[in-house]
Amino acid sequence: MRPFRYARATDADSAIAMVRDHRDSAFLAGGTTEIDLIRQDVLRPGLLVDINDLPLSDVEDLPDGGLRIGALARMSDVAQAAGVVARFPVISQALLLGASAQLRNMASMAGNLCQRVRCSYFRDATSPCNKRDPGSGCAALDGFNRGHAILGTSDKCIATHPSDVAVALVAVDAVVHTRGPGGERAIPVDDFFLLPGDTPEREHPLEHGELITAIEIPGAPVARRSVYLKFRDRESYEFALVSVAAAARIQDGTVADIRLALGGVGTKPWRARHAERSLLGQPAGEASFAEAATQELAMATPRPLNAFKVELARRAIVRALATVTSGDGR
Amino acid sequence: MSMDVVSSPLERGSGAGAVVLTVNGQVHELRIEPRVSLLDALREHLGLTGSKKGCDQGTCGACTVWADGRRVLACLTLAVTCEGREITTIEGLAPGGELHPMQAAFIDRDAFQCGYCTPGQIMSAVALLEEGHAADDAQIAEWMSGNICRCAAYPNIRAAIRDVRGGAAGGE
Repeated sequence: MRPFRYARATDADSAIAMVRDHRDSAFLAGGTTEIDLIRQDVLRPGLLVDINDLPLSDVEDLPDGGLRIGALARMSDVAQAAGVVARFPVISQALLLGASAQLRNMASMAGNLCQRVRCSYFRDATSPCNKRDPGSGCAALDGFNRGHAILGTSDKCIATHPSDVAVALVAVDAVVHTRGPGGERAIPVDDFFLLPGDTPEREHPLEHGELITAIEIPGAPVARRSVYLKFRDRESYEFALVSVAAAARIQDGTVADIRLALGGVGTKPWRARHAERSLLGQPAGEASFAEAATQELAMATPRPLNAFKVELARRAIVRALATVTSGDGR
Repeated sequence: MSMDVVSSPLERGSGAGAVVLTVNGQVHELRIEPRVSLLDALREHLGLTGSKKGCDQGTCGACTVWADGRRVLACLTLAVTCEGREITTIEGLAPGGELHPMQAAFIDRDAFQCGYCTPGQIMSAVALLEEGHAADDAQIAEWMSGNICRCAAYPNIRAAIRDVRGGAAGGE
């Protein structure tokens, strides 16, 4: 591991100023991805600014039924917060189906959104990788890409976004609040994740030194009936091959409100807007669910090794929708 | 990569400096670089070799310790970030030399073969009971999944945890 300097910030302004003033600096929160990638020589910060002492760990209920989750709230704490469990079960489930108990105790919510991809060519620090070394090429295009994305890919990068909770947050229209050298702003979470396009090295619309302070979720009664369904190679402590975040309100047998997002298949947490449009106003049932899934996946660009994800995603969408629309409490 | 000059009073250089750690109730002052992990600080600088280095990348759980009472991975934690936090290692479970009930249960149930993952398993298992995540075998398996045992002693590990949960001090 290369040497680096370290500072423990006592307030947000000084943390932002320290990172802003050093081109080679980075914030340090839970560190579960960052320390790993520094040790792998993928990240090479000269200065780490430790923000763990900043008072950004609260999970608050908002008057509209929404939530304000502090950037430094830990995954484990958010997963069991009463307001999250009662009003946004999809978020709690997504958190608990991710990582391990130890990692969830460490990892912060904002750090989760900023986590880097698990592509082995990105992580090995030597293969061509446009994300790690812009312009060097993408070894995954013709490499071992079984886990890679089928939606939102480009000829520069096909790495899957690895987060579970980000998929849930995209489904419920969360907003990322930041504070930086240019002041404060609010970024809809769907815009917080950038498609790789020609610049896969740029994953978020953040300036250097811009600090995430909170994640806000607007009140969404539909999310009381919501589910996060995750399929993976082993039953626990593994990233998704395909996952689905779904919330729905059925009125008189038809879909009156629907939120659908996919994980494990996109280069960003994938809001399934085509499927949502297809479902709205339709009778709730397997036929409409399957049609919506087909429409969303029509634009998929599978490769021989990950082509199975198209059918797996189709079935996962149908099952998630069937789960969330079944039983009472409609 | 070039090193900027130190510009903030909060900033530490990349070289060795004083880091004060509280481990198992004892305060230690070490001289270590910011890049030193908590795991290396424990093993190489404090001689507390109970916490094991398996993968050193947050995958295996052999380095599981508690920070302020919560189970975390020492390999992905920088020691310098632990100033002001209470660290507990497997050595802290049996300060007087008398085994913690979970340690006794692991022996009684033969919950290991090579033993390399065992300190991490035990630190996780004790935390698991504190958290209340050991209702049944399925829940134990899910909430212990961050601790890999390549000898696959999982059934006996779960048996040890069940024993302690049920208060069977010496097993059956």
